[in-house]
Amino acid sequence: MTRSESAGRIFAGIVRICARRTLPILFAWLANFLTLLAAIQAFAAAGFQTLSNSVIFLDLTGIIAFDAIREWEAARRLRCGFLGMGRNGSCVHTGKVRVYLKNREKGLWVMKHIAIGILGAATLGLMASAASATTLDTVKAKGFIQCGVSTGLAGFSAPDDKGDWQGIDADFCRAVAAAVFGDGTKVKFTPLSAKERFTALQSGEVDILSRNTTWTINRDTALGLNFVGTTYYDGQGFMINAKKLPGVNSALQLSGAAVCVQSGTTTELNLADYFKANKMEYNPVVFEKLEEVNAAYDAGRCDVYTTDQSGLYGIRLTLGSPADHVVLPEIISKEPLGPAVRQGDDQWYHIVKWTYFALLDAEELGITKANVDEMKSSASPEIKRVLGQEADTKIGTDLGVSNDWVVNIVKAVGNYGEMFDRNVGSGSPLKIARGINALWTKGGLQYAPPIR
Amino acid sequence: MQEHDMSWVRTEMALAQPAPAGVVGFGAWVRKNLIASAGDTILTIVGIALVVMILPQIINWAFIDAVWTGPNRTVCATVAQGGIQPDGWSGACWAFVNAKFGQIMFGTYPVEERWRPILVGILLVVLLLPMLIPSVPRKGLNALLLIVVFPIVSFFLLVGGAFGLEHVETARWGGLLVTLSLSFVAIVVSLPLGIVLALGRRSRMPVVKMLCVIFIEAVRGIPLITVLFMASVMLPLFLPPGVTFDKYLRALIGVSLFAAAYMAEVVRGGLQAIPKGQYEGADSLGLGYWQKMYLIVMPQALKLVIPGIVNTFIGMFKDTSLVTIISMFDLLGIVKQNFSDANWATAQTARSGLIFAAFVFWLFCFGMSRYSMYTERRLDTGHKR
Repeated sequence: MTRSESAGRIFAGIVRICARRTLPILFAWLANFLTLLAAIQAFAAAGFQTLSNSVIFLDLTGIIAFDAIREWEAARRLRCGFLGMGRNGSCVHTGKVRVYLKNREKGLWVMKHIAIGILGAATLGLMASAASATTLDTVKAKGFIQCGVSTGLAGFSAPDDKGDWQGIDADFCRAVAAAVFGDGTKVKFTPLSAKERFTALQSGEVDILSRNTTWTINRDTALGLNFVGTTYYDGQGFMINAKKLPGVNSALQLSGAAVCVQSGTTTELNLADYFKANKMEYNPVVFEKLEEVNAAYDAGRCDVYTTDQSGLYGIRLTLGSPADHVVLPEIISKEPLGPAVRQGDDQWYHIVKWTYFALLDAEELGITKANVDEMKSSASPEIKRVLGQEADTKIGTDLGVSNDWVVNIVKAVGNYGEMFDRNVGSGSPLKIARGINALWTKGGLQYAPPIR
Repeated sequence: MQEHDMSWVRTEMALAQPAPAGVVGFGAWVRKNLIASAGDTILTIVGIALVVMILPQIINWAFIDAVWTGPNRTVCATVAQGGIQPDGWSGACWAFVNAKFGQIMFGTYPVEERWRPILVGILLVVLLLPMLIPSVPRKGLNALLLIVVFPIVSFFLLVGGAFGLEHVETARWGGLLVTLSLSFVAIVVSLPLGIVLALGRRSRMPVVKMLCVIFIEAVRGIPLITVLFMASVMLPLFLPPGVTFDKYLRALIGVSLFAAAYMAEVVRGGLQAIPKGQYEGADSLGLGYWQKMYLIVMPQALKLVIPGIVNTFIGMFKDTSLVTIISMFDLLGIVKQNFSDANWATAQTARSGLIFAAFVFWLFCFGMSRYSMYTERRLDTGHKR
């Protein structure tokens, strides 16, 4: 045996001994590492799948964390399970099993803490804003309201020539700013994509989400939002080319029509439901992007265009001959659009909610931007009360704002009717009729509790 | 030998004759390039026919029938569409671009503060032009001013909050300002960082090499859009309330690191093309590593990959449009955003806006591309094949 050979054997022996001792530990670590990796992967996957729905994403983080904790406890029990628990609560066993279990336990302990850390950090973002200062205090301290709007929807929130945001949603934020500061200009707008909007509100990036968002139970409960009301009752409608389909004045006459629709939206599903429920045939012409749908409809590839009714009026303006196109009266889905605030701050919720009601009450009482100063000395006790002109009134201060808050709101944006007309109604290029958005006194759905 | 009569050998040079009429002048050019063969002739005729069919309409639409100024959508809409133009009219709505021009340039940057981005733009031109013209002296000072002093000065000018300037948050930046500032920073950061990464990847030190490989491969393995999206949607949830990372900063870091990883691979391509003899020659002269790279290898390697570098720059310039995904509005984003303004909603608005945006992008990208070709020619040392 040469020297190098014997050295080789000794080396191999050492390796074997080392391997026998370290391999189980290594494997134990590897197993833990893989578990951790899987957890991280699941975490990332969950994040990707539910980006638009970040609370579900948080839930999944929670599940991962709880799983980790449970496994950690299981490992502890298992450790004692081999030989039973000792009298003083410690477990007695030896050798590899012990090393393995100890390592496994340690790994799970690490994992548990990482998972709890992630969960904690995530929850902190949600909770701490509510736990620390109230939104009203924060807003007053920074001196403006951060308002989340859309990235551009005609009549709701769209930039004008100067780059200022205009529309019902933008004006609503101005109304809240007027109520809080007495100055409708103390508001900053953050354009948010549909995917970002809820995260932005939850994380405190914006104080109000006023972004043509449909009020649903899931969003009101699971997402941690509170909707304050419906500033615009929208719904899916149909637009037809009257030249191609003469004599059609109801969606029920559309059997056999080719319908342009955007794919992957609730619009597409509502359309299918509606035609099926009414036992009508239709021929869907589906496109991925809104621009493509517009172009296809304008080029005459389909007879009917379906999307939210407010959107149809905006699209009609971009068509070659808008006068030929008619928006049919049927609305086949409920899309109540309204502003939302974070859950857990009642004061702020009340301010935003009563700003909305004040806009409606002002319209009902005939208080307009032009006559608000004269109305202050009105003979009507109700108008005086609403405008904070009663002696010893505490309505505003109880809400957390000044007593002339309604005056400020109306001076900033007018009443609800003026806001509607200016942005989407007769005073705008969209020319949307009030319809169900009229006051309850005029046959619509807009109804506000009294301010008293 | 001198007695021999050698008169069959000419003693003076023949005079140069002018080229035959058939190979010079316009006629020859036409013959050579347009009607050399039957196939060429057919292609020429088809081409001319296409130009004749399309060009007048484009000119009509873009210039003759176009509307240049106006207060709102009525100037760009026909009577049937609720406007003032005769029915059947079709022309570019440059009035829309005109009305939104301030936004397209600066986003919602406050109007009374817009002299600041304009000043930054002037500074950029003043510093960049002499840098690009080879005959202008003092390149070292110029580079120092452009790459070190200029970014600091423009940071304070644009962001404000110091020296009596009003603070303008980056949420209000937009348009060309965002496109240009993002790509300028990305270019300035990515080239040196890319060179370092490329050298690191070819390094013999295992840790350095591994780190560089991991960075480059990781970054090249993820789409930019994913990083921007994660940064904007996921990051806020993990930060304590009140701590908001500036969106613009997130985009800036993301785009810069991305460009650096791609740049590293371009530069590595150049390094691999340098023959081993160059390295050995440098070693035999007793040069250290950095001297060798700085004096021998890099000048040759970078010259070889100029097209690749400029390609990356151009790609990056256009990639900045992806920041729309995190609700930052670059040139294209702000143009598209303004389509939603009901005051300008017409059949011509989208077309005109997009063509204008395309034109601005083309202007910058074409400029970069031409300058790179000029640099290649200037640095050409006879290796051309």
